[in-house]
Amino acid sequence: MSTSDYDPACLPDLLPIYYRRLFFPFSQYYRWLSYGGVSKNYFQNREFSFTLKDDIYVRYQSFTSQNELENEMQKMVPNKIDIGAVYSHRPSQHNAVKSGTFQALEKELVFDIDMTDYDDVRCCCSAADICSKCWTLMNIAIRILDRALREDFGFHHLLWVYLGRRGVHCWVCDDAARKLSVAARSAVAEYLSLVKGGEETVRKVVLSDPIHPFIKLPLFLLVILSVVERYFQQYTIVDQDILGSKESVDKVLALLPEDILSFPDLAVSYKDEKDPMKQWDQLCDLVERKKSNSRKGGQYFDKEIMLQYCYPRLDVNVSKGVNHLLKSPFSVHPKTGRISVPIDLKELNTFDPFEVPTISLICEELERPRADEAEEDDKKDKENEQEAGERHRIRDYKRTSLAKYVKVFDWFLEAMARSRKGEMLKKSDLQMDF
Amino acid sequence: MQFSGRRKKLIGNFQNDLYDQCLQFYGQPPLENISLTEFETFAVERLKLLKTVENVGVSCVKNSEQYTKKLDAEISSLNFPHRGGISEYEKRRKDHISHFILRLAYCQTEDLRRWFIQQEMDLFRYRFNCLHSKHKTDFLHKNNLKYETVSAEEKKNLKDKLIASSYGLSGTKVEEHDVYKVPFQDALDLVRTRKVYLLAGNAYIPHHEIVTIVLNDFRTRLSKALAVMFYSDLVISLHCDWLSSFVPLFFCYSHAYVGQDYSIQKNIGKISLEQIDALSGKSFPLCMRHLHKALRENHHLRHGGRMQYGLFLKGIGLTLEQALQFWRSEFVKGKVDADKFDKAYAYSVRHMFGKEGKRTDYTPYSCMKVILSNPPSQGDYHGCPFRHSDPELLKQKLQNYKVSPSGINQILELVKGMHYQLACQKYFELTHNVEDAGFSLNHPNQYFTESQKFLSGGRDIKKEVDMSQRSQENPASVTHPSQANSKQAHEEMGDLDSFFQDE
Repeated sequence: MSTSDYDPACLPDLLPIYYRRLFFPFSQYYRWLSYGGVSKNYFQNREFSFTLKDDIYVRYQSFTSQNELENEMQKMVPNKIDIGAVYSHRPSQHNAVKSGTFQALEKELVFDIDMTDYDDVRCCCSAADICSKCWTLMNIAIRILDRALREDFGFHHLLWVYLGRRGVHCWVCDDAARKLSVAARSAVAEYLSLVKGGEETVRKVVLSDPIHPFIKLPLFLLVILSVVERYFQQYTIVDQDILGSKESVDKVLALLPEDILSFPDLAVSYKDEKDPMKQWDQLCDLVERKKSNSRKGGQYFDKEIMLQYCYPRLDVNVSKGVNHLLKSPFSVHPKTGRISVPIDLKELNTFDPFEVPTISLICEELERPRADEAEEDDKKDKENEQEAGERHRIRDYKRTSLAKYVKVFDWFLEAMARSRKGEMLKKSDLQMDF
Repeated sequence: MQFSGRRKKLIGNFQNDLYDQCLQFYGQPPLENISLTEFETFAVERLKLLKTVENVGVSCVKNSEQYTKKLDAEISSLNFPHRGGISEYEKRRKDHISHFILRLAYCQTEDLRRWFIQQEMDLFRYRFNCLHSKHKTDFLHKNNLKYETVSAEEKKNLKDKLIASSYGLSGTKVEEHDVYKVPFQDALDLVRTRKVYLLAGNAYIPHHEIVTIVLNDFRTRLSKALAVMFYSDLVISLHCDWLSSFVPLFFCYSHAYVGQDYSIQKNIGKISLEQIDALSGKSFPLCMRHLHKALRENHHLRHGGRMQYGLFLKGIGLTLEQALQFWRSEFVKGKVDADKFDKAYAYSVRHMFGKEGKRTDYTPYSCMKVILSNPPSQGDYHGCPFRHSDPELLKQKLQNYKVSPSGINQILELVKGMHYQLACQKYFELTHNVEDAGFSLNHPNQYFTESQKFLSGGRDIKKEVDMSQRSQENPASVTHPSQANSKQAHEEMGDLDSFFQDE
């Protein structure tokens, strides 16, 4: 089942359906952003921004309840929704507040990975296009970042969202993450950044540190390389075929230390080998032998090349700011029509961005009854104490391909709720102990 | 702290206890009265100390051996506490008091606060690193800095990981010394540079790296203290006091660049637009040559480039009319039509010349400013090529400009050592075919002026340059004709100026 043909011109007609028929999971959304109601006014003081038709952009939207959120969204029918920070006062009243006292207090720690940042190392696509080959880069990025954020930084509640065209976001929703300062966010982003430099920089990954030369690679890198190496051969050598054409080989060779490049036989010798994987091995061997003669080291050239082709490329500026506005999950991508859906990391290997439903598809599916599945879910939902009307509406999205993605969101919310409960029990235990 | 003309007795023992270590957190303000002379002297001497710290920090990689040696040499001559000598009481007292005096001046604006905090931190780090391990621990205890230590068992479990993550850490070190466990938010500098083992949100810091944590603490406290001070009644009332004539003097000296600011264009109208292409090859420093070339090729420059290059051109003598004509003719060749230029870009050119907005006559950027602020990103051509370009690309560029291979190597060596201004000076020497530039470079317009001077055999321009020159901020000794003309500067600044002259 692939996506129904989406025509951007139809968006204004489809969006009202999307918001009214409760495709947009308002109650989960509200649950998410209230964070259990632990902090007073957390939802009320959250900034949202809407992009309306004709590109009208409105900031400092805020809502006092889930109902108000629903009503406003159904009324304004935004093309795009962004989530901002939780402020000291209600954003919609920010002009009434004494100047200087309206401040951004908290926000999730976020990361943005955009495929266009990899254009210099992918030859299958460029700019806004993606394909199943270069999607591997996202796979690698998500794995590496997810592991680092959980194991190194101790974060637990990460929501990964596919944006509908060429990027993914990560929302780190832990309490500690939301309270991070600008400096801390920036430090985390830099910790995670290995690929640095713009067009003027050829060699974007430099592992050797002139002040503190490694005797062996530091732990952080070993862990990352174990992930990258798993994918490198298939993705880079075979799929991207980096040794296949003179142009791409030259790009690879440009990353080698200068005095090794001067050896004339370098580009030629490994060409006798037909199998690209063996070509790579040969190239590495050759460089190994040459570099022992060179003064400059080039100690980790092969690892640097691997990382330059595969390591996640983040936009640090997105992560730094507490008040930075970021596209909301369940937004619709105007060019592709795809819904920005949560990604289930357990099924990451089988996640196919081209299978993500478009708004036209789910509106179409709405017309087709999927009776038996809906009945079963209804029975499970009896635990939810909700009015008949809402139950009817829940049935709507559950009849469509969107259902499984909303389920991922549900699991995410449940995990946070469990964790909050655990925290409260711990606190009350401590209090009772005396 | 009270300001009065009288000198009061010191409060004996208490002060002795306060100064039993050569280094402190400046938690308590001084409680004595001092004379106005001492007030002035202390303040200026500390300012000189902080400027020294800044200069060494720019010309050497911070915390390298070279840096420490240089700082050692400079500080020992400045009469401040140094390496815990025996009879250091007076110096420590000065250290204490002068720090608080400077807080008064430097709490005033965001920029000043940032500068002050940065230099005080660098100074603190240097002093802390000079302490013996035992004294470091003493310092932590005395200042109630309790950082959680890792149990022996946990240390054993994590030993390999700790060694693999921290430079200079051996198995014995882990066993013998404490390893601290702090939330990663308290060790951001180590996290940012990946110099620490992180697990579940905690950073595991070996004893010899504890300075980073202490420094973080220091920064937080100082930052808070400055903010509190700024909003306090004391500072507000100072402005109304006779002291208000005193405080502004610090503002002049706290600007990193203390030399000619090239805002007074002595050569206005002496350059014609037709000359610029030729001049860019002959007399422009590399950064401006680069910007000029990019402008000619792309018929456009982004904001950072327009500011850096536009102000430079103003500094070499372009009038507003010439500047408008110059930018317009170039942009119009590109994607901008004349109308759009007049609407959008002309305003910013006039702004540069102080004809719009709050009418500030902006000064051309010094080397320090170009090197340290606003690094270029994709699509930008501003910045310092020695600092911001890939060495490979820099080399190619120099080859294109017909610099000799040995010259290029010398330049690259200097770049590697982070001596960007010296590298540019070397570029000057190579392009002008001269052994010694004869000046210490710290401003792009200075480069231009010196080059023109050199090429024309040192006539008119030289005199005009010296007239408005104040003292150079680079402490390295330089044979400079301005010494004779500094008398004028003296009269303006009073005795304070003499502290900054090279004797």
